[in-house]
Amino acid sequence: MGQVKNFLGTRWGIVSVGAFIGVFAPLLQKFGNPGNMGVCVACFERDIAGAIGIHRAAVVQYMRPEIIGFVLGALIAAYAFREFRPRAGSAPIVRFVLGVFAMIGALVFLGCPWRAMLRLSAGDGNAILGLLGLIVGIWIGTFFLKGGYNLGRSNKTYVSVGWLMPLIMLGFLVLLLSFPQIKGEPKSGILFYSMKGPGAMHASIALSLVIGLAIGFLAQRSRFCTMGAFRDLILFRIPYLFYGVLALIAFAFLTNLIVGQFHPGFAKQPVAHTMQLWNFGGMVVAGLAFCLAGGCPGRQLFLAGEGDGDAAVFVLGMIVGAGFAHNFGLASSPKGVGPHGIAAVIIGLLVCSFIGLTMRQKA
Amino acid sequence: MAEIVDASGLSCPQPVLMTLNRIRDLNKGEIEVLVDTDTSKENVSRAAESQGWEVAGVAESGTGYKILIKKE
Repeated sequence: MGQVKNFLGTRWGIVSVGAFIGVFAPLLQKFGNPGNMGVCVACFERDIAGAIGIHRAAVVQYMRPEIIGFVLGALIAAYAFREFRPRAGSAPIVRFVLGVFAMIGALVFLGCPWRAMLRLSAGDGNAILGLLGLIVGIWIGTFFLKGGYNLGRSNKTYVSVGWLMPLIMLGFLVLLLSFPQIKGEPKSGILFYSMKGPGAMHASIALSLVIGLAIGFLAQRSRFCTMGAFRDLILFRIPYLFYGVLALIAFAFLTNLIVGQFHPGFAKQPVAHTMQLWNFGGMVVAGLAFCLAGGCPGRQLFLAGEGDGDAAVFVLGMIVGAGFAHNFGLASSPKGVGPHGIAAVIIGLLVCSFIGLTMRQKA
Repeated sequence: MAEIVDASGLSCPQPVLMTLNRIRDLNKGEIEVLVDTDTSKENVSRAAESQGWEVAGVAESGTGYKILIKKE
């Protein structure tokens, strides 16, 4: 197992993981997931929020097995390689708030960094603005980091603390299996389902779960992070993680070409809008929030799987943030930004700046 | 006697940031970096090597690792 460990932590290792995601995310679309949304961490956590009724946007309700798989795959990898380290206590309230605004920003753009890359690789030109926003948000975050921004130390804690997020995900899986979708019904037991829209589009539970588990396992080993890729390049000139996202984009592009999912253009792209300033602005907020929290939404799930209770709080913040985004009209739709989306972006920038400026350790 | 950078309990990218700041201050010598996750261990080693420092040893220490980096 040592050789596998070494390999996934190398440049070719992370390239392989990016390539794996780049191939299987578009294939998940082929098998039923929504357009350019083979794997979108923000969208899928939003769908989970809908499935359990935190918001009631009828078109985005589904207990996504990919998210469950991400956490459990990372848990398996962490145990297999003796890396499960239960830890918590590094400013959890701040991580929760950052999770809320990361989700709101992502839903103004309509996608997390993962989806921004998948959208780009399928020819959606609007994703360019989203990715630029992401990079600018991270770039702003690096100034805070250089200025001493630091959320403080976590502490080793009980093993059961580290197990809480994996157990929540196991609970979600039990709910999904106990209350499967009933054709033509918007509800099964306590779970909500979409009858149309992206929430109604999904690959089979088994396929989604297996691919989610595989990505969770591989990403935990390689530390794959779509935010860290840009942060490390900007802050340290270290390209390790960046090779992973380049591989993701390249392999997703090739896969989309081969399976006929590449459609270049700006208008009428799947689950996307063309209000470019807010494609950009939403992702500035998301990128900054991810940077201040130390990981992209996928990475937060993988960290939660290896015992990081603070990352787990960030994940819960994102799920609750999806509730705010849809209940208060902050999330965009293919028609454009929501009625209060622009205000949410401005408030998000102010809140993230407040966090970045005031939570500094003096040298 | 090695300088000590205690990055235990700190999350990404603090361990690397602290290590690189100390590398910049010292220019050469020995630094012992304390971290508590495998990710931080790999990141700190990668960052040190990117600056021309050598990872002279990694030892388990308490709940984490002690990484000795040096440059002559």
